Amino acid sequence: MSTELRVPQVELSSVSKRYAGTTVLQQIDLTIAKGEFVSLIGPSGCGKSTLLKLISGLTNATSGSILVDGMTPVNARETISYIFQDATLLPWRTVTSNVGLGLELERVAREVRKQKVQSLLELVGLTHVAGAYPRQLSGGMKMRVSVARALATTPRLLLMDEPFGALDEMTRDRLNEELLRLRAEQNWTAVFVTHSVAEAVFLSTRIIVLAPTPGRIAQEININLSFPRTSVTRESPEFESYVTQVSRALRGVRSA
Amino acid sequence: MKKYAVTLLNALAVFAGLLLLWQGLDMLLHLPPYMLPPPLAVGRAVVARFPSLVASLAITSEEAAGGLVASIVVGVLIALLFAQSRWIRRMLYPYTILLQTVPIVAVAPLILMWVGPGTLSVTLVAFIICLAPIIANTTQGLISVEPNLIHLFLMHNASRIQILTRLRLPHAVPSLFVGIRIAAGISVIGAITGELFAGSSRVGEGGLGYSILYASAQLQTDYLFALVLAATVLGFAFFFLVMFLEWYFLHNWHESARTMTDE
Repeated sequence: MSTELRVPQVELSSVSKRYAGTTVLQQIDLTIAKGEFVSLIGPSGCGKSTLLKLISGLTNATSGSILVDGMTPVNARETISYIFQDATLLPWRTVTSNVGLGLELERVAREVRKQKVQSLLELVGLTHVAGAYPRQLSGGMKMRVSVARALATTPRLLLMDEPFGALDEMTRDRLNEELLRLRAEQNWTAVFVTHSVAEAVFLSTRIIVLAPTPGRIAQEININLSFPRTSVTRESPEFESYVTQVSRALRGVRSA
Repeated sequence: MKKYAVTLLNALAVFAGLLLLWQGLDMLLHLPPYMLPPPLAVGRAVVARFPSLVASLAITSEEAAGGLVASIVVGVLIALLFAQSRWIRRMLYPYTILLQTVPIVAVAPLILMWVGPGTLSVTLVAFIICLAPIIANTTQGLISVEPNLIHLFLMHNASRIQILTRLRLPHAVPSLFVGIRIAAGISVIGAITGELFAGSSRVGEGGLGYSILYASAQLQTDYLFALVLAATVLGFAFFFLVMFLEWYFLHNWHESARTMTDE
């Protein structure tokens, strides 16, 4: 990435997290610049979801400091949106009303809300199901509603915890492409947890490989594939070699 | 639709068969009418004493409905209190179990003694018997919200009140209806039990429970059957009314909604 983007969005310095006597994360130093798309990948037990929870302030670090936009995570919450592994939609609300939830909780005026939700539904391609209830939607559509809801509050930082993990590969690939399209239009910074090497390579500007017990950063790999990335990107030899490189790094931390 | 019609016809056929068998046995064995009146006699009793039957039914349904509605209001309020902390639940929950296990026939005379005979004490008996299932189910619904939904609300700086009104309460509605369904059935039982002890201020003007006592003392077994029938119909009516309300409030998002696919 070019040098003018080196403004830090997230800064973790020597962050450790202990929980019930075990060290989940040990001495994490990580700076994420504005505009970066960073993926966290690693075997289970490496604390990647915990890392996301720390950045969001949903859990506190045992030691070390975390800054988001120069503020403590809890104070920075207005600038953060979180997308969970499952769509976490409210089943008693329609798609429109679910997308507007964040704005409603933040007491945004009804007219403004209506407009924002409308434009997001268009952006994410959900206008035709605006009045439907979550039960009526497929897994991919639910996730799209979840993404739209997260983007409705115009976040500067998007935290995603394996958001497409439960979807079939075709739906996942398509949502990956849409996510990058939205990023190009809206310009947020992303921290993305995933199990899928291909997904991480496709989406990221940088991949952090974590090692387990205790969770720590094993390797960082910059992904210098040009944007916009499309299905053609997935077939390129550069993509393949990145996938190989990340897979090798993952095997390294598993056998260690 | 056709399937439902067939099921309904089958049920009606079984019912008609049972009535025929009953009538036949009566005629064959020449049972005295105060032991087992034939269905035709019960039918005649229904027709002959229709006004007083309807009057009794009205009194009992008012008491049962009053107790049920009161138990919903009070039960939800108690559940809201229980949902505040595990500590409160641990301290107070045993008492709701007590409420459920104490035999209502033993409590009813006490309530009558304290409150005095009449509609109010009968309503109170129905209320007490309905309260436990409402509290238990609503509390469960309020506290069983997925942690990530709470996290979602916290990420948007939601207040405690917002989490309660926009997340916990709507999430608890299906559980509340489970409680109401149970309570609706037993509210009628509670009201009739109360009436057995409460009696009536004027002869022939009490609810179903009172009339049942009266008819049995007078050996009016045909009318007794008519009263039992009325009590059953009332229980069914309550049950179906609750089912309808449940469908009305929940059909959009709970259980029965059609699936739409990605195109």
